[in-house]
Amino acid sequence: MIPAAFDYVRASSAAEAIQLIGQYGDEAKFLAGGHSLVPAMKLRLAQPTVLVDIGRVSDLSYIRDGGDHIAIGALTRHMDVEKSPVLAEHVPLLAHAAGHVGDPQVRHRGTIGGSLAHADPASDLPATTLALGATYVAEGPNGTREIAAADFYQGYFTSALAPDEMLTEIRVPKMGGAGWSFQKFNRRAQDWAIVGVAAWQRGSECGVGLVNMASTPVLASSVATAVAGGASAADAAEAAAADADPQGDLNASVEYRVHLAKVLTRRALEAAAS
Amino acid sequence: MEITVTINGKSHTADVEPRTLLVQFIREQVGLTGTNIGCDTSSCGACSVHVDGEAAKSCTLLAVQADGCSITTIEGMAAADGTLHPMQQAFMENHGLQCGYCTPGMVMAATSLLAENPNPTEEEVRIGLEGNLCRCTGYHNIVQSVLACAKS
Ligand SMILES: Cc1cc2nc3c(=O)[nH]c(=O)nc-3n(C[C@H](O)[C@H](O)[C@H](O)COP(=O)(O)OP(=O)(O)OC[C@H]3O[C@@H](n4cnc5c(N)ncnc54)[C@H](O)[C@@H]3O)c2cc1C
Ligand code: FES
Ligand code: FES
Repeated sequence: MIPAAFDYVRASSAAEAIQLIGQYGDEAKFLAGGHSLVPAMKLRLAQPTVLVDIGRVSDLSYIRDGGDHIAIGALTRHMDVEKSPVLAEHVPLLAHAAGHVGDPQVRHRGTIGGSLAHADPASDLPATTLALGATYVAEGPNGTREIAAADFYQGYFTSALAPDEMLTEIRVPKMGGAGWSFQKFNRRAQDWAIVGVAAWQRGSECGVGLVNMASTPVLASSVATAVAGGASAADAAEAAAADADPQGDLNASVEYRVHLAKVLTRRALEAAAS
Repeated sequence: MEITVTINGKSHTADVEPRTLLVQFIREQVGLTGTNIGCDTSSCGACSVHVDGEAAKSCTLLAVQADGCSITTIEGMAAADGTLHPMQQAFMENHGLQCGYCTPGMVMAATSLLAENPNPTEEEVRIGLEGNLCRCTGYHNIVQSVLACAKS
């Protein structure tokens, strides 16, 4: 399978990429690692007429200590997030979740910015950064703005980014020694989660993100409220699907997804608390 | 668009359509057919090659993305005198292949894995090869081959 024909231009900086995407208009798309876009183009699920390759904007590949948060460049690959000593120390949940994305070949090419911008509710990093209360930085023709992860996801493959805006940085608050757990349930190796749970907990405070439980990643606020009210992991997990709106598909019915969300949330909270 | 890619140490400059996949470029334009296409949907890993030393699925990369990169394919693994790469030798000695279709991709993924983790446990080998499927289901001996290579 070969994608439909398109024009290809290469950007060497974020500013140039934004200028190029503006110049080519609605039919143009950014190409980062290409590990969501190229498969979609091969299947004709996406048919951009122009690709603006941002894969060589190397100054957007970094992981830096920003004081109370860690700043990650949008072009940082999953493998670099997974192996980062800075993240292992300050945001181990994100490093661990990145190690569960696809397989090593995918992690050598795919980027965190591409994963978040793609806004697939079945992807691991949107729900994980949502649970961690991350802020995304977007750059457009009119400058830079910050978007809270909680405001970013609007529906299947739809984010708050304007077509001419580029994600440049992800800022993730340091976890400050909180306990954490990432639970991914899938049937085949390398696959997306049928349901996944990313959770951290510090005393009675916690954050729980759900993968593949609605048209967007879900912040399970009801679970956090229950934990704050002193509920046990098992009792709090009963509220796992309260903020979700799962759909059935060939892998799982709605009921099965709700069941998985509860079981995985309980396991995640138990692991995060221990 | 004109691209220059070094494959197995040899520089190739060619004019490609932007939609040309790296695997097509390698097989059809350069003529190295050791890199197989199994699924064409990013799942099986048969098309794995090294891009600047790291395994990647060449059916999921555009040739233009590899412009300026150094690629190694299965043809580049043995020494010039034909001596097999230690990973190829380990696959041979441990019966790590049956029909052989997945083998080029397995060898490329396994060498990339050992470059990152020279002494993996059996479980780490299994997880490290999760992007590669063997239709003959010969996983046991594939894992043994990789472990044997790591030891040697
Ligand atoms: C076999 C396979 C298995 C996978 N398994 C998983 C899995 O288990 N879990 C998981 O989470 N993911 C999985 N993925 C997806 C993988 O994580 C992708 O790498 C990721 O979703 C997209 O990142 P990318 O850099 O490749 O983006 P691309 O494919 O280049 O881009 C994706 C989309 O985002 C846009 N975009 C990219 N970067 C930016 C930016 N900086 N600003 C604005 N827009 C941008 C593009 O225009 C495009 O629309 C898998 C992929 C494959 C091929
Ligand atoms: S042919 Fe590339 S992953 Fe199967
Ligand atoms: S040996 Fe036949 S596909 Fe693996």
